[in-house]
Amino acid sequence: MDLFIDLLTGLCFFLGSLCIIIGACGLIKLPDVFSRIHAAGMIDTGGTAFFILGMIIQSGWSLITVKLLLIGIFIFFTSPVTSHVTANLAREKGIVPVGKKIGKLL
Amino acid sequence: MKPLILFVILVCLWLLMSGHYTFLIISLGVLSCAFCVYLANRAKLIDDEGLPLFFLPRLLGYLMWLFKEILISNLNTAKAIISNNIKPETFTVKASQITDVAKVTYANSITLTPGTVTTKIKNNTFEVHALNTDFGNDVRSNEMDKKVKLLEGER
Amino acid sequence: MFLAALTACAVSALLVLARIILGKTTFDRVLAVNSLGTIIVIGIALHGFYANRPEFLDIAIVYALINFIGTVAILKLFSTGSLKGNNK
Repeated sequence: MDLFIDLLTGLCFFLGSLCIIIGACGLIKLPDVFSRIHAAGMIDTGGTAFFILGMIIQSGWSLITVKLLLIGIFIFFTSPVTSHVTANLAREKGIVPVGKKIGKLL
Repeated sequence: MKPLILFVILVCLWLLMSGHYTFLIISLGVLSCAFCVYLANRAKLIDDEGLPLFFLPRLLGYLMWLFKEILISNLNTAKAIISNNIKPETFTVKASQITDVAKVTYANSITLTPGTVTTKIKNNTFEVHALNTDFGNDVRSNEMDKKVKLLEGER
Repeated sequence: MFLAALTACAVSALLVLARIILGKTTFDRVLAVNSLGTIIVIGIALHGFYANRPEFLDIAIVYALINFIGTVAILKLFSTGSLKGNNK
């Protein structure tokens, strides 16, 4: 049973590491601010979700599980707010996104 | 009614975070929670926006669907970054929700799925930036809009 | 296992740090600092498990709170030029 839990945790950590490393590579590689926000969103959602799931499986049922869930819920609620504030301010300061524009923008 | 619910939530949070269960510490916690609820009530912060209770009955099903969607679009974003399939596009969509809380939920759900970001909001129109055409088509199909409209309930 | 995950965190933190140094505009740098904060929150929690000291989770919660407030405060300062009131 212990081996099974360890394997499951290892799988979760592997997927989470993949998520944050691809997200960091995207942060380097993508062309402008608006595209880089997508890579940052990948770090915020995929990376944290998999790592916290792995640690919850490892810890079992205790007060630690609740604290881990609190970290997860908090990042889940604040990550879109920071992304939206950054994108909104960049648009208001006059940065125009590269690529196709469909219809009339606000 | 609403201040009571806020008080119960705050006391539960105190009990979970503290970890010391002696009489003195718990009574101090209850006192400080009551003081916080009094201040929030006096500043008129407890209304439908501060504590949106009318969401609760249908929230669980929506969250399950949202997690599935986040997982799928994480996979697609990773694929797009690795295979260099990046053609950014910007467009506007209409939101059909009535209350402000539902509009915020819709905009946050768009931003939370990697690959699409809400960049501007004016009244009922959102300006959305997508990483490539597939993500744009996902938003333009209005599936998420209908789910959030359902979450809002009868108005 | 925890050591391998910590190594992955360190590698991606270095990549994000490169974006902070390279970044053309302020928004790139703010975005990268926010991502670095998220990676550090994960790293603190992982180190708590690795060293068998669960008290580190409290520090991770506080770090997540301060990361959010700091990012929004820097953006507000950049937007209006001051931190007081809600004058547009």
